[in-house]
Order: sequence, then structure tokens, then C-alpha cells
Amino acid sequence: MHVPPRHADAAIGPEHDPDAAVSIHDMTVAYQRRPVLWDLDLDIPRGVLAAVIGPNGAGKSTMIKACLGLVPKASGSVRLLGGRPRAVRGRIGYVPQRESVDWDFPVSALDVVCMGMYRRIGWFRPVRRRHRDAAMTALDRVGLADFAKRQISRLSGGQQQRVFLARALVQEADLYFMDEPFASVDAATESAILEVLRELRDGGRTVVVVHHDLQTAREYFDWLVLLNTRLVASGAMGTTWTPGNLRSTYGGRLTLLEDVGRAMGEAGGGIKR
Amino acid sequence: MSGPILATGPETEGLLRILLLQDFNTRIVVAGAMLLGAVGGLVGTFLMFRRRALIGDVLGHAMLPGVAGAFLLLQVLGFERNLPGLLTGGAVAATLAGLMVLGLRKITRLGDDAVMAIVLSGFFGFGVVLLSIVQTTGGGGQAGLEDFVFGKTASMVTADVVVIAIGGLGVAIVGSILFKDLGLLCFDESFSASIGRPSGLLDLVLLTMAVLTALIGLQAVGLVLVVAVMVIPPAAARFITDDLRKTVLWSSGIGATGCWIGVTLSAVAPGLPAGAMIVLSMAGLFVVTLVLGGRRGLVPGWLLARRVRRRVGRDHLLRSMLEHRELTGESEVAVETILGFRVWSAGEVSASLRAGRRVGEVVEVEPGRWRLSERGELEAIALVRNHRLWEYYLLRHADIAASHVDRAADRIEHVLDPVLVRSLEVEVGAAIGARAPESPHPLGDVASVEEPEPGG
Repeated sequence: MHVPPRHADAAIGPEHDPDAAVSIHDMTVAYQRRPVLWDLDLDIPRGVLAAVIGPNGAGKSTMIKACLGLVPKASGSVRLLGGRPRAVRGRIGYVPQRESVDWDFPVSALDVVCMGMYRRIGWFRPVRRRHRDAAMTALDRVGLADFAKRQISRLSGGQQQRVFLARALVQEADLYFMDEPFASVDAATESAILEVLRELRDGGRTVVVVHHDLQTAREYFDWLVLLNTRLVASGAMGTTWTPGNLRSTYGGRLTLLEDVGRAMGEAGGGIKR
Repeated sequence: MSGPILATGPETEGLLRILLLQDFNTRIVVAGAMLLGAVGGLVGTFLMFRRRALIGDVLGHAMLPGVAGAFLLLQVLGFERNLPGLLTGGAVAATLAGLMVLGLRKITRLGDDAVMAIVLSGFFGFGVVLLSIVQTTGGGGQAGLEDFVFGKTASMVTADVVVIAIGGLGVAIVGSILFKDLGLLCFDESFSASIGRPSGLLDLVLLTMAVLTALIGLQAVGLVLVVAVMVIPPAAARFITDDLRKTVLWSSGIGATGCWIGVTLSAVAPGLPAGAMIVLSMAGLFVVTLVLGGRRGLVPGWLLARRVRRRVGRDHLLRSMLEHRELTGESEVAVETILGFRVWSAGEVSASLRAGRRVGEVVEVEPGRWRLSERGELEAIALVRNHRLWEYYLLRHADIAASHVDRAADRIEHVLDPVLVRSLEVEVGAAIGARAPESPHPLGDVASVEEPEPGG
């Protein structure tokens, strides 16, 4: 390990790949002095659907929150789309965990989607007709056009998740971070979300997704980041999805994993549900 | 605490004078109090959704050491007791307390409630100590300092109302131009931060608005009860609407109305303290919206539940009668037979029959024997069809169905998405508007007819 030189003023240090969508160097994050992420070093190229996978408490959410600057880093640096996170904020989209907000809040689905444009609208200015029109288009894209006026607590879990996705869509970002968008959603929502993610990727955008379902990970994504407090592996799905890597990620905790790996070998490709 | 606004005149005439705001003095007091209520309602809405409703209590109590400290300082420096000086002291202390709440929250693992309780009691304790020093050492000017504790609405003069109006206007302007950004902070702080909105700065703005509100509320309701002005109106408004903008408007309206009622009551009944009457009036309005509120009130909720229950009962009835006819070929059916269709009481059955007759879906052929009307039959066919689609859905997609079942109040078309209904129709081979598909299980036997209910 070399000691990285300090490049406090440079837009991008030599340790960062300017072509990467996400470039994390030596990042350590600690909550109340307990480190949750240690010396993370990884690059995610542009135009991929990347899954961040690891057991509970592995620091998956923390990783994307640190990339977005939502939690302070103890050390290390992050470059997004070749620039400092603050400088490229307008090109970054974010889908937080669904459980992180109060769904009883008095807003409609359309109102929530409009929030995705607040940065573009700017301080002090109200949401206008054209913004609501854009939000409607996004709701339509996730199949919720009929629910625009509905108060968000009267939507199902899957519909709420799709509202969050629509809000990210109107951000028109080049790089998206999504925290468990597939968590406890119904099958219809899962396929609707996946379709949108693929469209984003096919449009040249990069999507980094915290994912919990090993069954679908290999089929859905083309880049894999395996995390367990430290980085276990990061690379193209085809070469990184190995029983060895998965075992190091989950330790002895998952015997199911062996079966998944074996089944994968036998199938020689994606596992269908 | 407060004296009557009116000193003379027969009672009815006095009441009229108060209600018609004929007195200049009454007008001033009412205007000041209503402004306070409106501003408190606005700020309080954001505080409530930021889960900091109690910050108003902290700020109010924290003003005591500020006011008492300012009094002592003015005395030491040889100045006269003056209101702006005292209020400045209160504002400084309240701001300090607010910053301590935000700071302690950030650097410790203590919860909001514990942090607020610590800061509140610490400041108030200090205030009580300072107040006793004032009382033992102070000259003539200290009389009236206690008025800040419980307020003295009736003593408001034009200058006070002007101050309240300016402060209130400032708060209202900030609240409306930052409306969407404060709303986003309250709803989804991490998203707000991810698009570059500084949470700390927005919280500071909100805190400043709350300090201003507490300050202008100090005179009217006093520092102990000023929290009510910021908590009760938004909580009451929550029962009425599901829209943030309307919540703010209702909250301001309820705040202003509560203040008006309180001031009027205390004027009508001399001797009743206006500050406490304002708070009581707001509490009264809260109870009214809790019971009658448009969206979430108890009565509308109960009526809705009853309507759904009746609809469900009628649906069960129609379905049972149609299935009975399918099974036996008889269109007339006795009440006792209906009773055996499923697990329900005689009361439920007769209530459903009566409700069905009222809307013309069932007809009583002779006492105790019923059949479906033409309209009832159409309705029943649609119901049975949807019900069986649901059963097929459960049979084929049992793993996903569970997540839909809790949306019980909806009819099946709303429970399943239209795409799924259509694909089910294709699977089951039924075109839209066609008759019900065959039931996937044998009919007639109660035990096997009892299946997971989507709720209607």
C-alpha cells in the first residue's frame, strides 16, 4: 500500500480514475468511533447497473451515504463522474430507503415526485405547472399515473417505492444511488423498477443499487460490489460472482449460498425466479 | 391575571361591544392575539413535522432567565425597566437554548425528548433563581415581571401589536418562500441533503422563526403556555386535510380563531386570564377537529368504516345468493338458508338484506324469502367474477398476493393492478364484462367457501 499524496485542491487526484462513475479511495467511515467501513478502494465504471451486496451491517447504505456526503468520512476521498461530490451534485440522483421517511406526511404522490426538481427549481421559487407536468410523465413511466393525487400513506409499499423511483427519474441524473429499491415490493413493482433501471443504463447512466436478494442479483446487474465492512471484491458480474467471493462476503453464515453457487454453476448463467 | 377589557356598561351591551370590536382597546388586543395565533400555527406545522413540537416549550421556558437577567442588567447599568430590553434578553436566552438542543442532539446519542427536557429544565431553573434575586434586590420596577410567566394579554397596547405584526409578517414571509424546502426537510431529510440543501441552516431558520413566535407570544399567553400556540393548531389541522399547504392554512386559521375566542371569553368573563383562555379555546378546537375532522376525524372515520362494513356485508349477501342459484337453480332463498352460507350472525344477515332492499339489489318475495333483483344480479355477477379472479390470483401468485391483502378497504379492481387483472382474465379465459368464471373450488360448503378475503 502506498501512501497517497495529498491533493487537496486538485479536482481529481491521481488515485482516482477520471472515467469512473464512482471512484472511492481509502475511505473509512465511523459512527460514534465504531468503524463501519474500512479502507474502501473501488471504482465503478460508467453505464453499468451495479449491485452493492453484503450481509446486514456490512456498510452498504453507509457507503452510498458517504458518497453523497450525507455521513462524514473519517478519511479517504470520493469522486463522482470525475468530480468532487459537491461539484457534481446536480448530476446525482438518490433513492433513500423507503423506511427512512414518514409516509403519513400530508403530500400526494405527485408532490413527492416534484421534490426531485427542487434543486433545479432553486430556493424561494414555487413548483410550477411545467414541473408538475414533468412529474406526471415520470409517474406514468413507473405506472402510477392514476395515483398522482393520492396521499402517499394510501399507497401500497410497492407503489410508494415506485413514487420514490419517479422522483429520482425527474432528477435526470447521470449517476443514481438507490438504497434497497427492491426491498419488500410485489412482483409487479419489482419488474417495473427493473425495467426502468435497465432503460437508465441503456441511456448511458450509471445506477448503483444496494441489493439484498442474492437470488436475483446476478440476473439483474452487470457490476458487483461485495462488501462486508471491508471491500471483498468489485468487478464485472461475470468474473466477480464466484462462490469464493460470496463465501468471503457472508462468512460461514450462509449455507444457502453454497447451493446458490452450485445452482449457478449448473445453470451456467442467470437464475430465473 | 388579566383584567377585563371592558370596565363599564350593562352586560349585554358590553358583550356586543366586545363582539363587534367597538372598543379601540379590544380591537388592538384581538388583532394582536389573532396574529400570534396565525403565526404560531404556521411555524408549529413545520415544527410538528420535524418532530420538534416541544421546542416551543423549551424556547418559552428558556426566556425566563433571559428576561430576568436583562432586568438585572438594566438595573445594574442604571436604565429604566423597558420592554424591548427585556424581550431582547428573552430572545437571546431562547436562541441559546435552541442552539443547545440542536447541538446536543448532534454530539450525543440522546434522543430529542431527553435533550429538550434537559435544556428546558436547566434554563427554567436558572430563570427561577434569577427571578428570586430580582424579587429580593429589585426596586419598584420588578412588579410585572411575573406577567411574562402567564402572560397579560389585555395589557397589550398599539405598539405591542405593531411589533407582533412586524415579527409575524417576517415569519410568514420566510415561511412561505421557504415553504417547499422546509417541507422537504421535514419529509425526507436525507434526500434534501443529497440535493445540497443544508439541513443545519434550514433547522436554524426554523428555530429563528420559533424564537420570534415565542417572543411575540410571551406577552399574550406567557412563557409557560406559549408552546400551545405552536402545537395545538397544527395537530388539530392534521385531522382535517392531507395536503401540506392546506395543513398550514388550517393551522393558522385555527390558531387565530382560538386566540380570538380566548380573548373574547376573558373579556366577557372578567377575571379569567386571557392567556389560559386562549390555550383552552385552542384545546377546545382541537377536540372539535378530532371528532369531526374532514379526513382523519373520529366521526368521518367511523362513518367510512360503517359504510365499508355495510358494503362488504351486502357484497357477501349478493355473492351468496348468486352462488346459491348457480348451485340449486332456485332464485328464491329463505333467510335461514342465507344464514348457512357463511359464518355470520342473523343480525348481520337481516341488516344486509334491509340495506340491499333499500338500494334495490334484493327483493323480498314473501316474508322470509328473498331473491336478487335485476340490478342485484348484475352486481352479483360482477362481484363473483372479481372474487374468483382474486381466488385464481391467490392460487397462482400466492407469494405476491400477501402484500396486497392489507389494502382491504379497496374493491378488487383497486387491489390488483389493472395489468394483472387483465392478465388474469386472459389466464382464466374471461373477457371483460363476461359472466363469472367457474369457481376454482366446490361451492356450497361453508368451510371451503371461506377463503382469504380481499375485503369486499
